[in-house]
Amino acid sequence: MSVAKLRVFRGDAQGGEEKEYEVPVDEGMVVLDALFYIQANYDGDLAIRWNCKAAKCGSCSTEINGKPKLACKTRMDSFAEGETITVHPIKAFPVIKDLVTDVSWNYEVSKKIPPFTPAEDTEWVMYQEDVERGQEFRKCIECFMCQNVCHILRDHNRKDAFAGPRFMIKIAEREMHPLDVLDRREFAREEAGVGFCNITKCCTEVCPEDIHITDNGIIPLKERVVDKYYDPLSWLLRKVKGK
Amino acid sequence: MEKYETHTHDVIIIGAGGAGLRAAIESSAKGASTALICKSLLGKAHTVMAEGGVAAALANVDTKDNWETHFKDTMKGGKMLNNWQMALYHAQEAPERVRELEYWGALFDRTKEGGINQRAFGGHTWKRLAHVGDRTGLEMIRTLQEKGIHSGIDVYMECTITHLVKDGDRVVGAFGYWRESGKFVLFRANAIVLATGGVGKAYKYTSNSWEYTGDGHAMAYEAGAELIDMEFIQFHPTGMVWPPSVRGILVTEAVRGEGGILTNSEGERFMERYDPERMELSTRDVVARSIYTEVEQGRGSPHGGAFLDVSHRGADYVKRKLPSMYHQFMEFADIDITKGPMEVFPTTHYVMGGVKVEGDTCSSTVPGLFAAGEVAGGMHGANRLGGNSLSDLLVFGKRAGEGAAAYASGKSHASIPAELIEGYANELREPFNNTQGENPYTIHQDLQDVMQLYIGVFRTEENIQTGIDKIEALKERAKTLKIEGSVMFNPGWHLCRDLKSMLIVSEALARCALARKESRGAHSRVDFPESDDGTWGKLNFIVAPKDGAMGLETRPIVEMPDELSKLFTEDK
Repeated sequence: MSVAKLRVFRGDAQGGEEKEYEVPVDEGMVVLDALFYIQANYDGDLAIRWNCKAAKCGSCSTEINGKPKLACKTRMDSFAEGETITVHPIKAFPVIKDLVTDVSWNYEVSKKIPPFTPAEDTEWVMYQEDVERGQEFRKCIECFMCQNVCHILRDHNRKDAFAGPRFMIKIAEREMHPLDVLDRREFAREEAGVGFCNITKCCTEVCPEDIHITDNGIIPLKERVVDKYYDPLSWLLRKVKGK
Repeated sequence: MEKYETHTHDVIIIGAGGAGLRAAIESSAKGASTALICKSLLGKAHTVMAEGGVAAALANVDTKDNWETHFKDTMKGGKMLNNWQMALYHAQEAPERVRELEYWGALFDRTKEGGINQRAFGGHTWKRLAHVGDRTGLEMIRTLQEKGIHSGIDVYMECTITHLVKDGDRVVGAFGYWRESGKFVLFRANAIVLATGGVGKAYKYTSNSWEYTGDGHAMAYEAGAELIDMEFIQFHPTGMVWPPSVRGILVTEAVRGEGGILTNSEGERFMERYDPERMELSTRDVVARSIYTEVEQGRGSPHGGAFLDVSHRGADYVKRKLPSMYHQFMEFADIDITKGPMEVFPTTHYVMGGVKVEGDTCSSTVPGLFAAGEVAGGMHGANRLGGNSLSDLLVFGKRAGEGAAAYASGKSHASIPAELIEGYANELREPFNNTQGENPYTIHQDLQDVMQLYIGVFRTEENIQTGIDKIEALKERAKTLKIEGSVMFNPGWHLCRDLKSMLIVSEALARCALARKESRGAHSRVDFPESDDGTWGKLNFIVAPKDGAMGLETRPIVEMPDELSKLFTEDK
């Protein structure tokens, strides 16, 4: 059994520093196992969120060697022998303690998105090909790693103006639901700030569920918004109706 | 004492998985001021890990299906020990509860005709499980979460409830702490719904998430509520075996539902010997024992499991129907399940026993206290059928929410004595003040080893008794715990109370297992291999505090009315 060296961020909102730990490595072990070992053997108060340890709940998002990863899915044998592994909290959200950050903003945004709204006399028939687009977005486990790497949120901290990739696909999913009748294009533009996204696809790259956030979600959403706002006929109608 | 927040609601719901969310939606719809309290962030509860599907006799695929057949399957699967009233409501109401999810935005997989598709599962006569690939639980929790946040519910995230507060006989509040700050919080309420899930974290190998520490079972017990049939804990036949880090992670029954075949090291399809009729789709108790026996008798796979192969269905089909399984094995075990078999072995999955409730409103034996979902007992008898837990939490989540709102209506809030709260607070802070004591992580690991070894798939009087002795020793050790660090987000401190809950539940499990001198469903006694329908089959076990210790008594099962028992004789 080999021994791995981890440097884990210990601290809180006031600041902190990396602390070094040595952890024995068993076959197939993941970074979350190493953090458990630290809790049980060195520092019982090391804070990390986790639930399922099976990449299904999206709780244990961290930055491992600078890259956003689920700690439960990152295998220790993916690092070179002797390589020091750094584990930090995700950067786009304020640190609470150690690896735990304040992600409450995401829940506030989520609540603002107008819910699924079927017509009153809906006949509940949908075909597989109609639901598949929405099903892709509903795979989302809300790990918020896409939010974490989105430069509008991470580097420019424009949480006031942009809802972030996670919620772009949530809006898109509602818009593409075969039985939904609500128009969320104005919401997408005015409230969620879909125009801020300049399609660098960083969100898609980190998605542990392989959701094509940009290609299948944000770009079609942008197109719908463009159809509404920049179509000359709609523009004229808006002028005439005064809205 | 240190200052604490107080919140006042008509109804509080502890636990925000499927049952808790469904209860909160209903309670709020009935006009009650409703709080939903979750130990984690909203949407992370264990329901998220449910894979295969939700059982409901929609009859979209097999048109002969109806509630009568679902009822019979459930009772037979539970070896007739189930609370028949619950099994009846469950079978009758599950279809509407599933359709309701669709009205709230869920996107289930479809039939060619555009209805909700259904798949085969163990012990179900017909194709009955509505599903979304192998991530049905995620779909359900997102749908309920969405409905919930637009239903006027107050959601309190990352808050652990540690004590139910009573005024005389009835519960009037709940006390606990914010995980983030470590500060205390009191919720005053006229009705409380427990929806805290199960107890799997008492075992070493489990498919359960960290939250499954039996909090609701333990708090109900401490409040004087009766627990029923705690000896029945389900070992899911197929958990991952290798590598060690992922041992116990669930391999969905949908693998077998989609045609997966179990073989031993000799290439034999061994289920032919154990259940030739139903084969791989036998009930979970039978398949778990079969795999266990094959390995015990030296016909195991290289890492001590059985082989489960679905690759004959073709790569495209497997990736479409079982996408999480494909990724899970690829990423954690370097195995491509579209090309070859997985290795599987039973893993602790679900507790059938729980807080004794009556089926109408899910009320427990303590006034004002309700329970729904896995924390409640009786619905599944001695063994739960796959898919029946997701339908259980919808049907009884709704009933509990309704029941709690009705109970709370018109009641005024009791005053809660400050000394009571101070006592709870002091008890919780103790591990910080102890200068000497045990590490809670060490005791937790020791408990997991004990439960795994002595209260497992196969049991004997001798090993259960050894287990009980060891649990007693752990209880002693756990009286003085010592932890380090501050009260802020301190997992070591959190574990101290969780550990107490797990010890209570483990003791209840072991004591009931010792007392039931027969084999029935998930409870397999090597020293009593047969089921004794005349004696033990007519008895439920009841656990409740008695004279400062754990009391255990038997109680005759409630017989079902003739019009229902007729359904079973017609079969013969």
